[in-house]
Amino acid sequence: MIETDQLTRCYGNLTAVDALSIRVEPGQVLGLLGPNGAGKSTAMRMIAGFLVPTSGTARVCGHDVVREPLQAKRALGYLPEGAPSYGELTVREFLQFIVRMRGFRPDVGFRRFDEVVHRLQLEEVLGLCIDTLSKGLRRRVGLAQAILHDPPVLMLDEPTDGLDPNQKHAVRQLIDVMARERTILISTHLLEEVHALCNRVVIIARGKLMADATPAELEQRSRYHGAVSFSAPGSGMSQEMLGRLPQVAAIEVDPLDGRITVFPKPGERILDAVEQLLREQGLEVSEIQLERGRLDEVFRQITTDAGRHAGVAAGGRA
Amino acid sequence: MSQLGAVMRRELRSYFVTPVAYVFLVIFLVLAGILTFYAGDFYERGQADLQPFFVMHPWLYLILVPALTMRMWAEETRGGTLELLLTLPITLWQAMLGKFLAAWLFIGLALVLTFPIWITVNYLGSPDNGVILAGYLGSWLMAGTFIAIGACLSALTRSQVVAFILTALVCVLLILAGQPQVLDFFQGTLPRKLVNGVAHLSMLRHFEAIARGVLDVRDLLYFLLSTIGWLLAGVLLLDLKRTR
Repeated sequence: MIETDQLTRCYGNLTAVDALSIRVEPGQVLGLLGPNGAGKSTAMRMIAGFLVPTSGTARVCGHDVVREPLQAKRALGYLPEGAPSYGELTVREFLQFIVRMRGFRPDVGFRRFDEVVHRLQLEEVLGLCIDTLSKGLRRRVGLAQAILHDPPVLMLDEPTDGLDPNQKHAVRQLIDVMARERTILISTHLLEEVHALCNRVVIIARGKLMADATPAELEQRSRYHGAVSFSAPGSGMSQEMLGRLPQVAAIEVDPLDGRITVFPKPGERILDAVEQLLREQGLEVSEIQLERGRLDEVFRQITTDAGRHAGVAAGGRA
Repeated sequence: MSQLGAVMRRELRSYFVTPVAYVFLVIFLVLAGILTFYAGDFYERGQADLQPFFVMHPWLYLILVPALTMRMWAEETRGGTLELLLTLPITLWQAMLGKFLAAWLFIGLALVLTFPIWITVNYLGSPDNGVILAGYLGSWLMAGTFIAIGACLSALTRSQVVAFILTALVCVLLILAGQPQVLDFFQGTLPRKLVNGVAHLSMLRHFEAIARGVLDVRDLLYFLLSTIGWLLAGVLLLDLKRTR
């Protein structure tokens, strides 16, 4: 379990993290979202015990990170941003260093070592210098380091940043497997990742908590939630007809590909009505889609100046 | 405690997989030899002892120890591994001590590898081997103080070059503190007691006493306490970095 209580960190006059209070329970995978410079890494560094909070506190499995740093660190597996490691060492030497740092008895240590090497498929690169590895492999070495002691709490700072789609998929699978019974906190600015991994999302901007919800709840806040979009050539006529439907609030046409999006009035479902209308008009619709809502739009709305007030209000409600 | 050992082993490993260790050892041994025989008049003195050899050590350390210690924390800060190290279950003291011991053991190895000169002097005459042993001990203690200074100043900056220069500067000040030129400079401006204090800071003075075979508790304490003091300052600096 991770708890932060009014966690605050200032650099001079800049408040990087501003009274952040969150609580992540076992079984949860929480995605910490925010634009660059929002304070994600600073918050994680405080929870990991690398930075000391200016005020407020954080607890890992009940251990205060300032007063009981060693117990908190033992319960935590942490992948710092960019997965730093000692480049001059080989993968084997580096992981053996971590085994010793985690204070395992030799036999248990060897078992854990073999397990993570197998899990992250590092067998073939064990003898190679970390400096010579590709970015993806280095990230895997960093992950191996973080999960080596099988921690109850896992905190990963941009775990898939810079990986190719296959590697991303592999890392996400790994996190999925680890997620059961563990507390996982991931920072990311990739919105696709939220869908793939997280069952809860916290959005921060300028160090402040802006939203705390499930991905589905966030999507519902999108203007696009429940909208229907379709492509149909020569549908100029039908636009007018659609506009006359009582449930429809607005219609937009994409200037590039001519795709039409129909927005419902709040609380209305319009898919059936739109479909029926199109059939009656005898229009050839190549494909029609009910939108779940667009996270990127919600993200922008919450984190940019224009949407800030709305975001704060929404965050307060959640 | 296994963590302290782990840091020490990793640090030593890094010396030996990068050329640092070999470059250091070769330069140390070659310079120690050359300086002893040419600058130190090893033969011409006609005495069977290692005075000319030990007298050169402060100056060797002045160049070589900063080169050894400059990367100690500066590189961890720059490479981001400091974040990794300090989020592992280890205290700052253990990390600092582990790194210090690695460097100190390494210098110990360098000193052991100067054994041919000890064999030479024993072949040529019959020196007092107790004095020689004391000389080695004094030299190693002095190296410890140099390393502690380097460790502290490496924690101050993320630039290895700055760490090197600062360490060398502090070391040269401590070496020269007891020289007559320096003391004369202070003689006119400072009260007598303070001048004596400056003289007592001199590393050379304490080292030369030990190297002559005089094991005075005060000299041993000087090196021990200044080593601990500089390491403590380094730990405080690292801690300050986490709060600032």
